[in-house]
Amino acid sequence: MKMNGAQALLESLKSEGVDLVFGYPGGVVLKLYDEIYKMKFPNILTGHEQGAVHAADGYARATGKIGVVIATSGPGAANLITGIATANMDSVPLVCITGQVASHAIGKDSFQEVDVCGITAPITKHNYLVKDVAELPRVVKEAFYIARTGRPAPVCIDIAANVFNTEIDYEYPAEINLRGYTDKNIGDENSIDAVIQAVENSARPMIFIGGGVVISETANVLREILNKLDCPCTTTLMGLGCIEPERNGYLGFAGMHGSYGANMAIQNCDLLICIGMRFSDRVTGRVADFAPNAKIVHFEIDAAEVNKNVQVDYKVLGDLKWSLPIFRDKLNASKINFAEKFDAWKNQAVEVGNEHPFSYKTNGDVIKPGALITKISDLCDENTIAVTDVGQHQMWAAQFFKAKAPRQFLTSGGLGTMGFGLPAAMGAKLACPNKKVVLFTGDGSIMMNIQELATIADHDIDVKIVIVHNFILGMVGQWQRLFYSHHYSASELNLKRDFIKIAEAMGVRGYRLTKAEELETKLPEILNSSGAAVIDVYVPQDENVIPMVPGGKRLDQMVLS
Amino acid sequence: MQKFLLAVLVDNKPGVLTHVAGLISRRAFNIESISAGYTEEPSVTRINIVVSVESENELDQVVNQLGKLIDVIKIVNLSKAPSIERELVMIKVKASKETRADLVSVVDIFRAKIVDVTSENVIIELTGNQRKIDAICEVLSDYEIVEIARTGAIALSRGPIPVKKM
Repeated sequence: MKMNGAQALLESLKSEGVDLVFGYPGGVVLKLYDEIYKMKFPNILTGHEQGAVHAADGYARATGKIGVVIATSGPGAANLITGIATANMDSVPLVCITGQVASHAIGKDSFQEVDVCGITAPITKHNYLVKDVAELPRVVKEAFYIARTGRPAPVCIDIAANVFNTEIDYEYPAEINLRGYTDKNIGDENSIDAVIQAVENSARPMIFIGGGVVISETANVLREILNKLDCPCTTTLMGLGCIEPERNGYLGFAGMHGSYGANMAIQNCDLLICIGMRFSDRVTGRVADFAPNAKIVHFEIDAAEVNKNVQVDYKVLGDLKWSLPIFRDKLNASKINFAEKFDAWKNQAVEVGNEHPFSYKTNGDVIKPGALITKISDLCDENTIAVTDVGQHQMWAAQFFKAKAPRQFLTSGGLGTMGFGLPAAMGAKLACPNKKVVLFTGDGSIMMNIQELATIADHDIDVKIVIVHNFILGMVGQWQRLFYSHHYSASELNLKRDFIKIAEAMGVRGYRLTKAEELETKLPEILNSSGAAVIDVYVPQDENVIPMVPGGKRLDQMVLS
Repeated sequence: MQKFLLAVLVDNKPGVLTHVAGLISRRAFNIESISAGYTEEPSVTRINIVVSVESENELDQVVNQLGKLIDVIKIVNLSKAPSIERELVMIKVKASKETRADLVSVVDIFRAKIVDVTSENVIIELTGNQRKIDAICEVLSDYEIVEIARTGAIALSRGPIPVKKM
């Protein structure tokens, strides 16, 4: 069928099942936006391209589908960078479509020209520059395939302006032909037998779950494995929700601000079965002393993650969709009664954890962040998606919000991007209109993409925005308090900003909570009301997130108060 | 530090060398040399990389990270297979009437070639493995070297099986 490149792009997106894009128009994508207009292709106009890419990211994290973002050349594309890097670190599938100056103008420092492929190479799985319309359908097909399969990640397609105007005899390719890439991630079954033997020989095994279990949709298989082994278990920040919070043996999440019980058990176990995680410095503490008594098992799809940060004793390379069911079946076939064998160790690990659970001290009328988040968690059911920004509130949310299922806790883990939360929450709500979406943010983070309040108002996106307002860049302040002699250098935030007025000016309702009793008298009603709302909650300035593993310390050297 | 020569077959497309070189630099791998050229298949470019690593584990990291690049079709560590390794060097050396005869005998000993002569200097060309090239550079450092251009090492496996079928 004859059509122009812009139409061909949109037809290709339709063929990939894209029902919504987040985008911002500009000079070189005017033709594309004209076709979007004519085709009535759903496009959410954000306030900033960074908002668009984080929204696409939130959409992808909430559903597992690919988030799509469109930006114009030069500044438009450059504004995507933080969002692409954020998605890349957390293995979120995105397809980022950027306009480029016309083919003949590339390399001339033309108006609004930037080398998108050059800039995005380190933060994408792959990228393309399309100068010939004939390549466009194939490139789109490949981009979606690459973003979605294997270890998911962002892919960029940079399209020269002339491509949108050029006619093509459009046909969407049926086949993919990539010599250097395959979506077959089937490993060696013998590697799983070796793990079974290690489990059988172990006295104190522990299971450690990462975001890979969320991505591969294998939480159910994992839970069956846990039923069988019935040993202590923990997750990374990205794995939250994969294990039921009430499971006996679940010690909470591990790492720098993880639970005492999980961190101690990691240091004390004799076999650490790590599944779909990448041993970030935030979970290992001092890496040389990570799990010093344990043989380490690594189930992983990405060969480059094995032995990258931590040397492992057993590796099982391959998609968790392949490996975990086999692991489960082989465990079930074992003659050993694991639950009985590991019972004493599990109880001991749980008891150690109970010595220092996540907790906070109440203080009269003051709202403690822990109390706030616990209350919200109690008010939310499984049909809720919690989204966070980055900082102290993020860690409190991880500690006190009880995520019951995968894709219920969306956070920028790897890159730690302040400003992620509001647009990501917006994307999550658009992806899952029947779910309640609650954003936990801070008075620092919210300012980094606060323009998206207008987008939320314009499109009636029902997100409850909880600002944990402590008048400081809290995590920076905590480090300054603990390690820099209380020098609050460039971290204190003044009292003048009024988030209620900002919200109302953008078209969103605003509320303020300042007293502990208001968590009972006001909060439930606001949370259950329909329509977006900003809930500005005043909390103390000097509250620390604890436990804390200081930089360069072992996991068992936590600061506990 | 150990050195390994990797033969990396990649799609012959714009930007591939950028992807490969960028990955090596951002992962902080040490490379001794990198060279690229056409192959017997028009759609395939062969990149020859000599990496210098502390351990086998670091070498695995290099290979696994390179393997993640979509454009990379195949990576073979030719230092671990029977193979022939060669590098080409051109060395411009000051050559006065007094030193010219000495230089010619050095060239003969190394089975190198003089490919250009002027009244002030000669250009010496030599093909060999890295050790041989290092050796001639060492000997010629007694004379006044004006400049050196080296290609970096390339290698082929011995026997009938090409890298693409390994």
